[in-house]
Amino acid sequence: MKQEERLESWVKEITTGGAEKYHDANKQKGKLFVRERLARLFDDGRWTEDGMFANCLEDGLPADGVVTAMGKISGRTVCVMANDSTVKAGSWGARTVEKIIRIQETAENLEVPLFYLVDSAGARITDQLEMFPGRRGAGRIFFNQVKLSGKIPQICLLFGPSAAGGAYIPAFCDIVIMVEGNASMYLGSPRMAEMVIGEKVSLEEMGGAEMHCSVSGCGDVLVKSEEEAIEKAKAYVSYFAPNYKQLPEMHKAKEPKSLPQPLAQLIPANQNAPFDMYSLLDGLIDEGSFFEIKALFAKELITGFARIGGRSIGIVANQPKQKGGVLFHDSADKAARFITLCDAFHLPLLFLADVPGFMIGTRVERAGIIRHGAKMIAAMAEATVPKISVIVRKAYGAGLYAMAGPAFAPDCCLALPSAQIAVMGPEAAVNAVYAKKIQSLPKEERPAFIQEKREQYQENIDIYRMASELIVDAIVPADRLRQELRERFDLYASKYQVFTERKHAVYPV
Amino acid sequence: MKEIKAAMAGNVWKIQVLPGEKVTAGQEVVILESMKMEIPIAAEADGVVVEIKVEEGGFVNEDEVLLTLNLE
Repeated sequence: MKQEERLESWVKEITTGGAEKYHDANKQKGKLFVRERLARLFDDGRWTEDGMFANCLEDGLPADGVVTAMGKISGRTVCVMANDSTVKAGSWGARTVEKIIRIQETAENLEVPLFYLVDSAGARITDQLEMFPGRRGAGRIFFNQVKLSGKIPQICLLFGPSAAGGAYIPAFCDIVIMVEGNASMYLGSPRMAEMVIGEKVSLEEMGGAEMHCSVSGCGDVLVKSEEEAIEKAKAYVSYFAPNYKQLPEMHKAKEPKSLPQPLAQLIPANQNAPFDMYSLLDGLIDEGSFFEIKALFAKELITGFARIGGRSIGIVANQPKQKGGVLFHDSADKAARFITLCDAFHLPLLFLADVPGFMIGTRVERAGIIRHGAKMIAAMAEATVPKISVIVRKAYGAGLYAMAGPAFAPDCCLALPSAQIAVMGPEAAVNAVYAKKIQSLPKEERPAFIQEKREQYQENIDIYRMASELIVDAIVPADRLRQELRERFDLYASKYQVFTERKHAVYPV
Repeated sequence: MKEIKAAMAGNVWKIQVLPGEKVTAGQEVVILESMKMEIPIAAEADGVVVEIKVEEGGFVNEDEVLLTLNLE
């Protein structure tokens, strides 16, 4: 056989992946072959690959179960590691791990985003000495991920299992996109749980995509298919510069979605009545530009990327329609993570506040709402990207602080005419201050007294009073807010700051 | 049988349905009052109200069952 033919036959064999029965099994589950996934991810389905011949002298281990590649997405270079679940269930041997470490080093050298297309059963236990404990063992993958965090975007697409130690790959990524029904994350499988702790549970219940995207918060985006996951991942990176040294690019500006009513009419006069924050968002951002993070988790707070006049920003917004927009431990956690992500890659932040405060009661205290709330406040305080706080309706108590209130160095604190800033709302405040006095009054006099005190309180926290005291920087009508934000984000674009000098903070966790 | 639970701790402010009443998914069945906010609780599926487990003015904790539905 001629040398070229020999090479060709090697390449053909390796790029076919594992045995046909595994390809068939994947097809049954709606899973694509790893090379098909890459073909969909990269521009023109083209990529450059190293280590194709890894472990080629061993039988049945083409590429040692992982493809590591460089290519372009929308003309910009990215690196990818992609498990091949047709090869020993995508498990990691020594060369698998070495390849993953090398593509991480490549991404670091090139300062470009790194995608992890995960579909792996975890360590190949038969090879543990070579792949598990050493300096360039699997632990190094996680070490590298931690080190790369904030330097380059790290994106995880979870197509299948991500088991045991492997489950930390998604945990250290900036975003985890999970395919419903196929993706899972767990430290111990249901079989192991039954053996070791006696629990009987299904995989879906314990570590399924839906659970992680709505309950644990380990997943960020839940999708129906692999094709959708790949499209989502491409959309995600469009909001980011390739690394922390560069700024996100401007996109073509679009008009916002046309709305059935003016924005001002959307916001109920009654502070205590719910309204849908998504409809306000629609009126502020370029149509179709919203990329939501953790849409199904802690819904009382909305986090996502969007564009205003073509500029990419991050949005943190209370959602009064869910749990009254009250901040909980999970929503504070969700916000902290999102704010850190935006700040790392220079995405300006917009806070839309309509918040009665942090939740109170035994349940949330036991869940540690104070330390989770502290995470949000710390992340928001440390964020030095252009930061605009808009008081949409109420901003009560520590809710004002958490939503980038005046003390936390927003570039400006804007108020809609409906805004109300206070330690607490009029009902609660009058109760707190005059409880004894109210009790001492004859019953028939109480309503009038309460009403009078509430009105006094209302005057005291009037938004024009706040503006007069320079607490808010401007009062803007709802229907002019988009324009105001667009102009201000443009004016603030030159802002670049390091928060303060030290080794690092002792972060609340 | 489907249980409709409280989204958060609070007081039961208004019960909007009666036992035996048909409800549709998304319909508000109970409004809680918590943190001075109205917290509407919607039915997650079409069904008929079997039993109302709470009273107006009473306290409910997060995840407590408010009422049960027989699914259609």
